[in-house]
Amino acid sequence: MKPESDTAIYEGEGKRVTPAERRATIVGVILIVLAVFVFWVFALGSEAGVQSTFKLSLPQARFEDLAWTVNSRWLGFIVSGILAFLGGMVLRRSHVKWTNLALAIGLILVAFAFLTWAASGKSFSLVGMLRATVVLSVPVTLGALTGLMCERVGVINIAIEGQLLTAAFVGTIVGSAWGIWAGLVGAVLTGALLGAVLAVLAIRFRIDQIIAGVVINIFALGLTSFLARRVLSEATHLNSPGRFSPTKIPFLGDIPVLGPMFFNHNMFIYVTFILVIGLHFGLFYTRWGLRSRSVGEHPEAADTVGINVYRVRYRNVILGGMIAGFGGAFLTLAQVSRFEENMTAGIGFIGLAAMIFGRWMPLGVFGAGLVFGFARALQQKLGILGTPIPSEFLSMIPYIVTIIVVAGVVGKARPPAADGQPYIKD
Amino acid sequence: MGPFSRLGKVLTGEAGQTRTAQRTPSVSRASASEKRLTLELRHITKQFPGVLACDDVNLTVSEGETVALLGENGAGKTTLMNILYGLYTPTSGEVLVDDVPIVMESPSDAIAAGIGMVHQHFMLVPVFTVSENVVLGDEPTEVAGWIDQKTARDRVRTISARYGLEVDPDTYVEDLPVGSQQRVEIIKALSRDANFVIFDEPTSVLTPSEVEGFFKIVEGLKADGKGIVFISHKLGEALEIADRIVIMRRGKTVAEVVPKDVTEEKLAELMVGRPVDLVVDKSESKPLEVVLLVDNLSVLDDRGQLAVNGMSFDVRAGEIVGIAGVQGNGQTELVESLTGLQPSMSGTVYLGGEDVTTKSPRAIHKMDVAHVPEDRQRSGLVLPFTITENIVLDSYYESPISRGVQMNWSEASDRAERLVEEYDVRTPGINVLVSTLSGGNQQKVIVAREFDRDVTLVIASQPTRGIDVGSIEYIHSRIIEERDAGAAVLIVSSELDEIKALSDRILVMYEGRIAGEFDGSASTTEIGLAMLGGAGEAEAS
Repeated sequence: MKPESDTAIYEGEGKRVTPAERRATIVGVILIVLAVFVFWVFALGSEAGVQSTFKLSLPQARFEDLAWTVNSRWLGFIVSGILAFLGGMVLRRSHVKWTNLALAIGLILVAFAFLTWAASGKSFSLVGMLRATVVLSVPVTLGALTGLMCERVGVINIAIEGQLLTAAFVGTIVGSAWGIWAGLVGAVLTGALLGAVLAVLAIRFRIDQIIAGVVINIFALGLTSFLARRVLSEATHLNSPGRFSPTKIPFLGDIPVLGPMFFNHNMFIYVTFILVIGLHFGLFYTRWGLRSRSVGEHPEAADTVGINVYRVRYRNVILGGMIAGFGGAFLTLAQVSRFEENMTAGIGFIGLAAMIFGRWMPLGVFGAGLVFGFARALQQKLGILGTPIPSEFLSMIPYIVTIIVVAGVVGKARPPAADGQPYIKD
Repeated sequence: MGPFSRLGKVLTGEAGQTRTAQRTPSVSRASASEKRLTLELRHITKQFPGVLACDDVNLTVSEGETVALLGENGAGKTTLMNILYGLYTPTSGEVLVDDVPIVMESPSDAIAAGIGMVHQHFMLVPVFTVSENVVLGDEPTEVAGWIDQKTARDRVRTISARYGLEVDPDTYVEDLPVGSQQRVEIIKALSRDANFVIFDEPTSVLTPSEVEGFFKIVEGLKADGKGIVFISHKLGEALEIADRIVIMRRGKTVAEVVPKDVTEEKLAELMVGRPVDLVVDKSESKPLEVVLLVDNLSVLDDRGQLAVNGMSFDVRAGEIVGIAGVQGNGQTELVESLTGLQPSMSGTVYLGGEDVTTKSPRAIHKMDVAHVPEDRQRSGLVLPFTITENIVLDSYYESPISRGVQMNWSEASDRAERLVEEYDVRTPGINVLVSTLSGGNQQKVIVAREFDRDVTLVIASQPTRGIDVGSIEYIHSRIIEERDAGAAVLIVSSELDEIKALSDRILVMYEGRIAGEFDGSASTTEIGLAMLGGAGEAEAS
């Protein structure tokens, strides 16, 4: 019985490989395919000598006319070269750890090459798009934070969509009747109420959490659609709440590129930043966070040290609902200032995907939210730019990104150990 | 217990004050040694739906005393201790500290009353650090609930220095070996100023040498004036460590003895209620040709880590090979891989000379391999099925149980009747759900199903875990019968006693490798050393 060395396992027939290596192979092939695609479509597809111009400032900014011009075809060649290089490196499988990084860099480059191709011969407001990315990431991030608040204590919340939609609806009506601040309060309370419903169903009655969530979603969609058709179409004055206006943060708002991206928005976006950072530190450095996570990881252990598992779960699920309510208010009180049937269109579910992509961590969730925000911004701006791609395909982008991210890029994330399990005492 | 509970709360408050006054300086304890606190369970009864788990149980323990609570699985020990720790509410009866009844509605009440518990399945959050686990529920905080990590670490360090419980406060619990995790549990209990510490089956997860270290810790706690309750079903350990032994059987305390007055045989008899033969009758083995040959097998666990790391061994017809080792050293993955339930990373498995490495579980089963899985309720049986349905679970698809698309239930019932008779399954009938049977009878159903044909290889994982002594005797004798009939037998168990009782040859598994090979008569110490990964392959006979 001689102990074998670790390397012996990877040699031999060579047909059995570790999952990380298999992933590296897949990612490597994807990168090579992308390199060929970029070369063929984006580089050769742009006419020789044509330039793309990226505007780096908004029209009314202090530093006017920041812009960057590149030769469309040459940029395509360069990106294609880098992709091929990255793909080759990954395929060699010498540094399996860096697979994800290579893939991330590759995808950003592809997006950039794509933009260059789409904007060839025209000028394109890059900063406008980045700004839209941040704005559009907000509802996704808030939805993901809702899911995170619940799953960290072991309750699966797939009712985020319904919470967002109902809160948006209530926010509109209350906001139209008593002003936007009242609308905001109404929306947040609505989210809390739906959170409480989910909590009672899941924690007290131990109904299957997926089913409870689906029920709330169907209920929310049905109720808001019905009322929107019956009430809002008659009483149109109840469907114009007005909106929160942007406030530029002094000094920070004037920084080129970053200023318009992050520091010239309405308060919803600032509050989202604060929530992300606050929740991150709260979850990992405070008593509240330690207790919440213990309840989601090992509720029996929490119980035996005197933590009331049920109370912690109720509290966090309701707080999560309030975040969703805030997100719903953002949709109708900041973005469009009116309610439309099914206006969330899956943002709540994309939020769930962002939660998984962000590995149940608030900062990660924000990063994931930006990816989805980028996908939606791309869809919007390309529509304006007028590409040969049919608009139906453009509107698929966010959902396709969701599928790719959850199926391929995430790898194996570890959810809280007691996620979705009701806690039964005695 | 409405009005009573209010009274109890008031009383607890008063008692709490006296206790804190006594507890604070440990120096004063020595001088105040004439006044020892006593923890008492008085007339405790706990009725679960259909089961009377505890029936008028009385138990006392004083500070500075070790009481062993001995009983078979299902005797009601754990239920009793969960009542003492506030996890269950008793149907009737009360818990008293120093003759004052206390209300036990949740573990916080128990903690407040100075009771700490080290659970059989550790109550630790794997993704938290040691200090996070220790302070959970009683966190030192700064402004806004910010956790004071330094104080938390110091709390761990103080206790670990005082009682010799070595552990690094900043390690994640999931990265610690089981023995260290147990130390964390003990630190956690002590950090809440426990006067009484309950250990629920503390040695079942430890290697023999870790058990010795554990006994030293218990001695230290006792010397410091803690009252200890030690729950176990291991007779030798109870004799070694306890001042008093209380024996429970079927929910009742049946005897209370002092170790010097009794022997292991006497304890076993009290525990089971009849004289028990502690030694398995077994003739010399006559190994024949190799049936199972495992060559350089490696298997990943579900986290992608190497659980089995290049193992090679063989099992011959007519011999029993036992795989010893602390749980979680790759045994589960090894068995699942051998039976085709989990793919292997590399290496080859031969069965009767044929390569079966990538064969399906059914194909392996059809080569007359009997598999008694580790977890009978999860992978051995379909709990909401009847005995008959479970008996034909491996043969429902072939004649005579199946007639094309139709099941031949009368044939199935006949088989079930025959096997229930033959394998002594105690049941009201063959159409009861297996979920209603006791653990021992459930295990007999699995054994009956698996052994009812000409078996060439038996793979049995934890074959007698958590079942009564009578069923253990029966299953052991059945396994030896199969060997004598010419089958090759592979037993995997974390109970070293079981391995030693059955095996003709013993392999010790440590971190996915074979850390030692012994013949059946090797001593516990030798094997124990290999279980820690120490011995290498030196002692192979």
